[in-house]
This record gives sequence, C-alpha cells and structure tokens, in this order.
Amino acid sequence: MDSQPLIAFDRVSMTLGGTEVLTNIDLRIEAGDFVCVVGPSGCGKTTMLRLLGGLLEPTAGEVRYAGKRIVAPRADIAIMFQDYGRALLPWRTVAGNVSLALEALDVPKEERPGRIAGVLATVGLDGKADKYPSELSGGMQQRLQIARCLAQQPNVLLMDEPFGALDAMTRQTLQDEVLSIVAASGATVFFVTHDLEEAVYLGNRVIGLQPHPGRVAGDVAVNLARPRNQLTTREDPEFARLRRHLFDFIKDPGA
Amino acid sequence: MKRWRGLLFPLVLIAIAQAAAMATHLQSYTLASPADAAVAGAHALADGSIAVATLQTLANAFGGLALGGGFGLVAGIVLGSSVIADRLMEFSVEALRPVPSVALIPIAMLTFGFGFRMEIAIVSFAAFWPVLILTRNAVAGIDAGLIDVARALRLRPFARTVKIVLPAALPRIFVAFRLAAGIALTVAVTVEVSTNPMGLGYGMILAEQSLHPDLMLAYLVWVGVLGWGLNFAITSAQRRLFRA
Repeated sequence: MDSQPLIAFDRVSMTLGGTEVLTNIDLRIEAGDFVCVVGPSGCGKTTMLRLLGGLLEPTAGEVRYAGKRIVAPRADIAIMFQDYGRALLPWRTVAGNVSLALEALDVPKEERPGRIAGVLATVGLDGKADKYPSELSGGMQQRLQIARCLAQQPNVLLMDEPFGALDAMTRQTLQDEVLSIVAASGATVFFVTHDLEEAVYLGNRVIGLQPHPGRVAGDVAVNLARPRNQLTTREDPEFARLRRHLFDFIKDPGA
Repeated sequence: MKRWRGLLFPLVLIAIAQAAAMATHLQSYTLASPADAAVAGAHALADGSIAVATLQTLANAFGGLALGGGFGLVAGIVLGSSVIADRLMEFSVEALRPVPSVALIPIAMLTFGFGFRMEIAIVSFAAFWPVLILTRNAVAGIDAGLIDVARALRLRPFARTVKIVLPAALPRIFVAFRLAAGIALTVAVTVEVSTNPMGLGYGMILAEQSLHPDLMLAYLVWVGVLGWGLNFAITSAQRRLFRA
C-alpha cells in the first residue's frame, strides 16, 4: 500500500430525509492541506463537513481519518460552526466557553487557566476573558469559537462558513488571522464557504461541488504565494484566473 | 403609590361587606363581617395556631414539590433527551397524568395514614406532572446548535446534561417549578380540607365545623395571602435570575 492520506472520502453517499444530498464522493486530503469547499446552496458542503466531523454517518461508503473509519466526533478534529450565536454558551464567559473544550478532554483544573489564556491570546481575545458572548461583536464571537477549537489542539480544523455573517472588513482580518494561526499550528483545514474569492484566497486546494445531488465537480490546486496578502494576492492575475475558472464550472446550470 | 393601586378594589369590597354587615346587624353561623374576621385572625396569629398550621401546610407543599418536582425533573430530562424513552413512556404518561391527584387520597390514606407522609405523597404526584411535561419540552426544544457543540466536543452524557442541557433549559424549568409550586399549595390545602387533620386546610374546616365563620374567613384570606406571597417570591427570583 502506498502512503495513506490523512482524510479520505471513499465512495460516500448520503441521503437525508429521503433526499440524496451527496452521491459517490471520492476525495483524498493530505496532512497540512488547506482545502476549501465551494458550491451553491444545497450542494452538500455542510453535509460533507458534518460527515468528516463525525456528526453524521454516511448512508454508503466511508469517511476515514488516518485510515480509520469516522463514526463519531474525534478529539483531534475540531469543528467551528457557522452560527456563532448558537455555538457559544451564553451563560458562560469567554474563558468559560474555552474551558468547556478542556473539560470535555479531562484537562486537569490547574492546567486550564494557562491553556485558556494561551488560546485567547492567539485569537486576540486577551482582556475579554470575563466578558459574556452577548457582549462581543460577531467577529469576536467567531474568534472565541476559533479559540475553543484551538484549545482542543486539533490536527484537523473543520470550518463551516465561519465568516459568512460578518462584514467585509472583519472577514478579511479574520481570514488573515486564520491563515497565520493555521501556518503556526500546521493543522489541516477543511473550510466550507460559498464565497469563491474567499476559497481561492485561503486554500491551497479548492473543491467545487454541484448540487442535486451533491457531487465533486472540480478540484483545483491554488499555487498562490504565501503568506497571502489581501491586496497583492487578490490583484495577482492567477487569482483572477482561478476565480473565473471556478465560477464557470460551479455555477448552477439552472440559474 | 402606583404599586398599591391594585389594592383599591379589594379594599372597596371589604368596606362594602363591612358596611353591609353593620347595616344588617349580621348575626350568623355561616358569615362574618370583615372586622370580626380580622379580630379572629389576629387572635389566631397571636396564639401561634396560624403559624403552626402555616408551617405544616408549607412543609407538605414544599416537601411534595421537592419530591415530585425532583422526580419530574429527572424524568423530564430523560424523556426530553431520548426520543426512544419518550415514545416508550408516551402512553403511560398520557394515561396517568389525567388522574386527579385528590383521587389518590384513599390509597395514600391506606398506605400512610394521617400525617405528613400521605399529604406529601399526594402533593408530589400533583407536582410531578407539570414539571415532567414542561422539562421534557424544554429539554427537547434546546437549540440543535448547542447539541452539535456538545457532540463535537465529545461531552459525556452526564457532562452534557449538567453543562449544556440544564443551563439551556433552566429558564423554562424554572417556569415549570413556579407552576408546580402553585399546584402544590392548592393540593396541600385541598387534602387538609378533605382528609388530613393538619395545616391551614384543617384549621379552616375546624373553624367551619365549630361554627366560627370569622376564623374560617381569616384562614381563607391567609391562604390567599400565602399563595400570592409564594408566587411573588418566585416571580421576583425568576426576574432577577433570568431578566426575561
């Protein structure tokens, strides 16, 4: 056997409520990849992420992590949800929300404050430890979700349209922070978005899905230089070419 | 002064009743004037008989609330968390719930005799159902997003219940207990009026049977005040805790 990929979708099909959401998905993801998944709504992007996170089990085929079939959420795969308002515990402070991940991992009580302070500093929330989520802006709440994921010290980070609800400026800032955090931690990222530019800007690989039922329509390598820059990267002719290329093959034929 | 405006109507009614009693020179074994009731009530307060009866009734009401509400809370969490358990128990819940709690008085009498235990048993039965049903709905209605978080972080069932489910459902569970507290007091007094020789209900029935309508009315007003005070205390606690 040749070297196995970190993550493998092996002929995965998924039927939810009588509708086939994904059909025959074959995908290999190597350690250290930053994979962005784009596609119109209903193409099964989020379903792929939930399969990978162990929140769902495929109807057919299997999803593997390091050769092992994923049947339940794993500690080394962290999930960042789209809707921060529903993913953070409103009755816990910023530090308390991060602590939840450590409590779930049975991290001894005396180790928690140090690790919490560490991840909060990484995402720029130091000084907000005692605030409640409702006292934070949307961007800061997503930083808090990133911090909670990082507290798990995951090998894989699954991000489900994390910046969809944020304004353009905040989104760009967070994109760059995610890139530097990922570069520092070496984590493999599976990033779902409906924003083509975001996908090209962040990823070193973009998977395009088409809907009804969801299937892989394209797999594009992004060889833009790193570290990426909001101005120069986006002005690169290669960036424009990739965006155009992806746009052409994922656009909904019915639209 | 605005807060006391609500007292105007009952005070006018009392004044009218008092005026009517004085105008008709009321002499009755079934009715008493507000003034006579107040005097009887003051005596009963002074000699401690109301205090003892109140403590007995409250002990029964809260004992039953704690026992029935506690079991209702646990059962509600189980039924709300597990669709299988909910389906399994659906028939039993719907069949047992409509049984009037006071219909259990004969069984409780046979089992426990007079006293605290029989009354607490009946009050627990009455308090169990609203807490069970409302807790089940509260737990089942928790945002799916929070459940995803609990699963993604791999919280074990107990930690999930204590750290996610209970805090998320707490405001609605509190409402369940508020409702059950009112029911508990009502049922406790009912059991005392009908059977159990203790507490405020028995005090009332004793006054009635010994032809003291003034004392009976005093007890009645006191039970009303107690119920109001209980609801007021819980409502203000709720407002302070949840600001909703």
